[in-house]
Amino acid sequence: MLILSIDTSAIASAALITGDGETLQAFATEDTRTHAEVLAPGIQEILTTADVTAADIDALVVGVGPGPFTGLRSGIATARSLAFAWNKPLHGVMSLDAIAVEAALDAWRLGIDEFIVATDARRKEVYWARYRSTGGTPELLDGPHVAAPADVPELPAYGKGAGIYPDQLHAVADFSGTQPTAEALGRTAVVKLTRGLPLLETTPLYLRESDAKVPGPRKRAL
Amino acid sequence: MNRSEPLVLGIESSCDETGVGIVRGDKLLTNTVSSSMEEHVRFGGVIPEIASRAHLDAFVPTLRQALDEAGVTLDEVDALAVTSGPGLAGALMVGVCAAKALAVATGKPLYAINHLVAHVGVGLLDGGELPENLGALLVSGGHTEILRVKSITDDVELLGSTIDDAAGEAYDKVARILGLGYPGGPVIDRLAKEGNPKAIRFPRGLSQPKYMGSAEQPGRHRYDWSFSGLKTAVARAVEQFEAAGQDVPVADIAASFQEAVVDVITAKAVLACTEHGITNLLLGGGVAANSRLRELTAERCAANGIALRVPPINLCTDNGAMVAALGSQIIMAGGEPSGISFAPHSSMPVTSVHL
Ligand SMILES: [Zn+2]
Repeated sequence: MLILSIDTSAIASAALITGDGETLQAFATEDTRTHAEVLAPGIQEILTTADVTAADIDALVVGVGPGPFTGLRSGIATARSLAFAWNKPLHGVMSLDAIAVEAALDAWRLGIDEFIVATDARRKEVYWARYRSTGGTPELLDGPHVAAPADVPELPAYGKGAGIYPDQLHAVADFSGTQPTAEALGRTAVVKLTRGLPLLETTPLYLRESDAKVPGPRKRAL
Repeated sequence: MNRSEPLVLGIESSCDETGVGIVRGDKLLTNTVSSSMEEHVRFGGVIPEIASRAHLDAFVPTLRQALDEAGVTLDEVDALAVTSGPGLAGALMVGVCAAKALAVATGKPLYAINHLVAHVGVGLLDGGELPENLGALLVSGGHTEILRVKSITDDVELLGSTIDDAAGEAYDKVARILGLGYPGGPVIDRLAKEGNPKAIRFPRGLSQPKYMGSAEQPGRHRYDWSFSGLKTAVARAVEQFEAAGQDVPVADIAASFQEAVVDVITAKAVLACTEHGITNLLLGGGVAANSRLRELTAERCAANGIALRVPPINLCTDNGAMVAALGSQIIMAGGEPSGISFAPHSSMPVTSVHL
């Protein structure tokens, strides 16, 4: 099995992952604001470098967020269009799961039962979810949500969202800069796909409404 | 690539219409549009984030429908074209990402197209060649421009534009002031027929001598428009009637407002034409559906020896066929593809026909 994984919930990234969870090729940028420019060339490059064509790919997976709207849509629009053109199945994965896989292993080693994964939601908020580590495997208990750091449960917190707010969140040191990547996301998806477990639709998890306000009635001059 | 009669798929997502059009050379095969207009009604105007969300969900279904209607497959397409600007940044992003993904998936060349020039390019679909000494007057909810088009593929110049609201936006705002709902254009056009266009003299923005100058020494805004003052004047007029305890003469206000908009648009457009040797004018954009704009543009063009052309209205509003049409012209003229690394450009100038 070979899957193409894409995530733009924070940084832009893509990866080719085998059924054993091996990475054939991966691409990732540190930038969070140039997804529309860099993503397609990044995908093109990993396909070329790995000498992979559409015929070799069994499925696509895409991170459905939560993440800043415009960036998040770049990945989903890309994944949906690729899947349509190639006529391949496409699945969604909650983007915080990409951090939770690594975090669950670390938590298990440290004897931590439950933990938080948090990413930057901008506007002084974080996207977060609560997981339990069962023998190093993450189990989603609650979330994803968007909230002020002070309103996140007091548990060890993994991910860049924790690193940005060290005073409010209990950031786990080695993970304070960790972002979701397509590589980690693809690994979690492959495990589920090979075991026949369900994945998500590709509906984006915006978690916030658009900022639009319905205008009130015009004041009459009386 | 087939450069003599290319099969081009065009993608449009710069505002609230998700469009996919397919042309072969200058022949229109299909024009499929999905609009999120209904979702903006309660806000009284296009909300960029809502439009962007709608583009994401509409894109693949619109693409599938367009391919079905045209009876072609992605494999058969010679090239892809997408609006890269100007437009709403987040909305453009969806179409651009989708187009790039199709380019990666199929290996087809991709052309990043200027939306405004594409409004002119659509004129090539129904009548073949574009005439000499061509100008274009584009009026919509997102733009108000007068262009000189020496060559549709590589020589387009902006002669004038709105410095604040687009004309269609002014219609929406005035409709809201008058409690007429959204979109404002059709309802004001209809009501205006029952009202007196001379009832109230609303201001014609940027028409004072200091802005206009003369043909020899043009002022800074000789061919530019401004509609924000007009909107304020309408609001003030309504308030005066209310303060006096009188019924607001909605039809008269609608007619007088519409007359002010259409008068200043056509006066300046015709002036730009006569002073730049433009003898053929193409009218485009959604407000081209407005009956009074069509009437007065035709009248004033005729009086000044300018031949006027108005494409069918479904090609005047934003659509993918116009993007495909311009893409096709660029390919036939030997233009090089844009690659897949370009960024959407929300204020892309008309001097850049494609990236
Ligand atoms: Zn337009």
